[in-house]
Amino acid sequence: MDTTKTSPAGSLGLRTSWASAPYPVVLADRAGTVVELNTAASAVFSALSAGDRLRDRVPSWLADAHRRVSTERSGQRSDREPAHGPSGGRVGDRSYEAHATCGSDGDVVWWLVDDTDRRLAEEALHGERQRTSFLAEASNALLSSLNVNRCMEVTAQLAATHLADAAVIIAPGKGRRHPMTSCVGSGEVVRSIVDIDTTSMPGLSEALQGFPPVPSRWIDPASAPEWVVPEEMDGAVGSVVITPLPGHGTPGGALVLLRTSGHTAFSEDAEVFARLFAARAGAALAAARMYSEQSSVTTTLMRELLPPSLHQVNGVEFAGGYRASGQSDRVGGDFYDVHPGAGEDQESLAVLGDVCGKGLEAAVLTGKIRNTLHALLPLADDHARMLRLLNTALLNSHHTRFATLVLASAARCEDFTRLRVTSAGHPAPLIVRRDGSVEEAATAGSLVGVLRTIKSTTTTIDLAVGESCLLFTDGITEARGGPLGDEMFGESRLREALGECAGMPAEAVVERVQMLAADWVGRGVHDDMAVVAITTPRPDVFSAMTRGAAGRRPA
Amino acid sequence: MIVSTTERPGRGIDPGVYREQLWTALRDGDEYAAAAAVFEGLENGLGAERILLEVIAPAQGRVGEEWAANRMTVADEHVATAINERVIAALAHHPAGRVRPDRGRVTVACVEGEWHSLPARLLSEVLRLRGWRVDFLGAHVPTPHLIAHLHRTGPEAVLLSASIPTHLPTAHAAITAALAAGVPVLAGGAAFGPDGRYARSLGATEWAADARAVARLLHDGLPRPDPTAMHLPIEDLPHLADQEYTMIARTRAELVRGTLAGLEIRFPPMREYTARQRRHTAEDVAHIVDYLTTALYVDDVRLFTTFISWTGDILTAREVPAHTLGLTFDALGAQLKDFPRARALLDQGRATVTDSPHIPIPGNGKPA
Repeated sequence: MDTTKTSPAGSLGLRTSWASAPYPVVLADRAGTVVELNTAASAVFSALSAGDRLRDRVPSWLADAHRRVSTERSGQRSDREPAHGPSGGRVGDRSYEAHATCGSDGDVVWWLVDDTDRRLAEEALHGERQRTSFLAEASNALLSSLNVNRCMEVTAQLAATHLADAAVIIAPGKGRRHPMTSCVGSGEVVRSIVDIDTTSMPGLSEALQGFPPVPSRWIDPASAPEWVVPEEMDGAVGSVVITPLPGHGTPGGALVLLRTSGHTAFSEDAEVFARLFAARAGAALAAARMYSEQSSVTTTLMRELLPPSLHQVNGVEFAGGYRASGQSDRVGGDFYDVHPGAGEDQESLAVLGDVCGKGLEAAVLTGKIRNTLHALLPLADDHARMLRLLNTALLNSHHTRFATLVLASAARCEDFTRLRVTSAGHPAPLIVRRDGSVEEAATAGSLVGVLRTIKSTTTTIDLAVGESCLLFTDGITEARGGPLGDEMFGESRLREALGECAGMPAEAVVERVQMLAADWVGRGVHDDMAVVAITTPRPDVFSAMTRGAAGRRPA
Repeated sequence: MIVSTTERPGRGIDPGVYREQLWTALRDGDEYAAAAAVFEGLENGLGAERILLEVIAPAQGRVGEEWAANRMTVADEHVATAINERVIAALAHHPAGRVRPDRGRVTVACVEGEWHSLPARLLSEVLRLRGWRVDFLGAHVPTPHLIAHLHRTGPEAVLLSASIPTHLPTAHAAITAALAAGVPVLAGGAAFGPDGRYARSLGATEWAADARAVARLLHDGLPRPDPTAMHLPIEDLPHLADQEYTMIARTRAELVRGTLAGLEIRFPPMREYTARQRRHTAEDVAHIVDYLTTALYVDDVRLFTTFISWTGDILTAREVPAHTLGLTFDALGAQLKDFPRARALLDQGRATVTDSPHIPIPGNGKPA
């Protein structure tokens, strides 16, 4: 509106043309008394007529604005428009901007412009922006964790801070027992398991079964059972929204939003918005549930494939270490096992091997080989025969992979350990003597799973106290890295490292070798790596203690 | 993690006696005597936590010092550590060490590449004694395994241990990932600096100097990370935008090779080195490059100069002829002309060398 430029200087009066202008115009004098008003203005201020005091007949924002403008005018006596911008406010259910034009005699013409629609649009935009930013924030927060409990906590927190006075999530349960997560305002999240009848709360069992939500206005807030209202909630429940959390194929649970009676009830908009939020929370919870189910399946299956933890058996120390090739893999194509001998003087059988290939598929075959060898244990006094039977079993299986392995039977004699060692196409074990010299076990043989007939030679080795025999896979010796980046770790480095391991306990030998190989590789890629050390411990080792009791040195 | 060696006031028993006994046993590699020392202390009422923190931890600390001073071999060190591990395991099974967990669940893990797991193990036992349900993941935990574990178990906090500073970039990745998974991170161990300064710059929720400080922080409760933050690692370390870290870390092998060639020109006796000496020189140069890279990562010259003076001490203890490390810095610096931050670090390193005349050229000793 550019009306001010056309306003005459000096005495103001509503000319006929203005009197019929489509915008409300009011002329008032310095004292705030109405001089004239046009037809449009009379339509807005129905009770107003010339001679009335503004203060008595128009909303106070306009009366105040008039007083302000008049006071300023009397101070500076200028023809220009006042320095401050237009005033604005409501008249009934509409809102107006009021522009003032001042005359030199102190009269002021008020031009009113209806801005109701703009204001409503701005409010809607502001609300929409807030919701969008909340939903974006909610998505970020919900995406962060794949832990079901954590996800429910975040959902409860977000809902209680942004959507209601309190939020309660009821997860699908077993029978009557349901995990419940609740949060009041920005307070602590409380988790509990409740024993409930879901039909005791109107709308809840429908939501838990995934039926469309029951409108909030149908739910009597007084009917909300005691268990759903968090203790920390201040005041009686005034309104309730129950929204299903979509589970995407899994049962999702329900989100209950509560407002106290002091707070405005949920509008239809708020209900729709709660559903938008619930859709996101439900998706995040479904992902977390799926992940936890998958990971528990994986953990169970993996348990059989993971290398066992080794310890001392019948006076012989065994230790093993494993590192799979993939950063996130836990199992691979290398494997080891120790089968304890039945009695004190019986041999225990250690096995270490390498199946062609990497990852889960190779690991599945290692499981098969480990099981087969377990079944063949009674034949362990003849390694060659054991390997022949394993070879036949592998040839007859549908797997096309082959394997190399080492068998080592160990029994403690007086002050040494007697080992029988057989390699089937595998790098020969290394033996570190008390004086730090390192030798290779004189054994060789064919790999298993390829040829109809296989050959192998078994060698006998005696380990004195403090001496160790190291079984390892080529993942160690062929590890590439080092200071120059692309060198192989190699057998000579392994021998040098092992030379320093004379007199060490088995687990220290394993740790040392693993550490050197890992440092060698650095952040580079590597194959699966497995090591097993068999060591003759000092006679005074408190083997009884490692099994739990505070042992006493034999007298 | 460095564990406290301070004695608690008002308790009559002196752990010093058992500490000495344990130390002697460790030095002799006598597992039985080691166990006897610890169990005697326990039976005399020293309490399992004090045994862990005031007997075993300081004895283990001394193992490291003795190794640095060349009074213990690598093998001795491993033997002593293995014995301590077994003693801790036995202690956990002792009736006095059995505690029913009545507090939340926490995860303890060493950063990937970190093999010094004993401090983390001691911490796990202390927390277990205080009623926490502890998942101890051990040494060298790949970050994907750690994060998978956090998603699966949803612990109240993860306690991340690292002793060697060159693991800081890996630690940073683990810290960021754990926070993104909604789990607060408590960092500890020598790698994070004497005052935990790197724990803070890498965005860890808290840092603790010792096991008791960890217990206190857990008791008070750690704040959950803001799940809406959507934090990126670069935001912690804006200086990484200059790409110096990235480019030097990625060309590590070439830098080592170039430095060795440069050293041979600057230090003629090196041409007569045996294959073994050459290998050790290459390893030492690689170490210097690794520390240089890490110092660039955290943008702190102290990380580099501390390492340089430490290396000097180690080499001196091994009676390596005193030459100057400066030649190595020259050879390295010649290849880093376009990297102002790296060159500034090398200048500071050179100043450190000049200040202590005993620092020799790397190659004849083995600093790790």
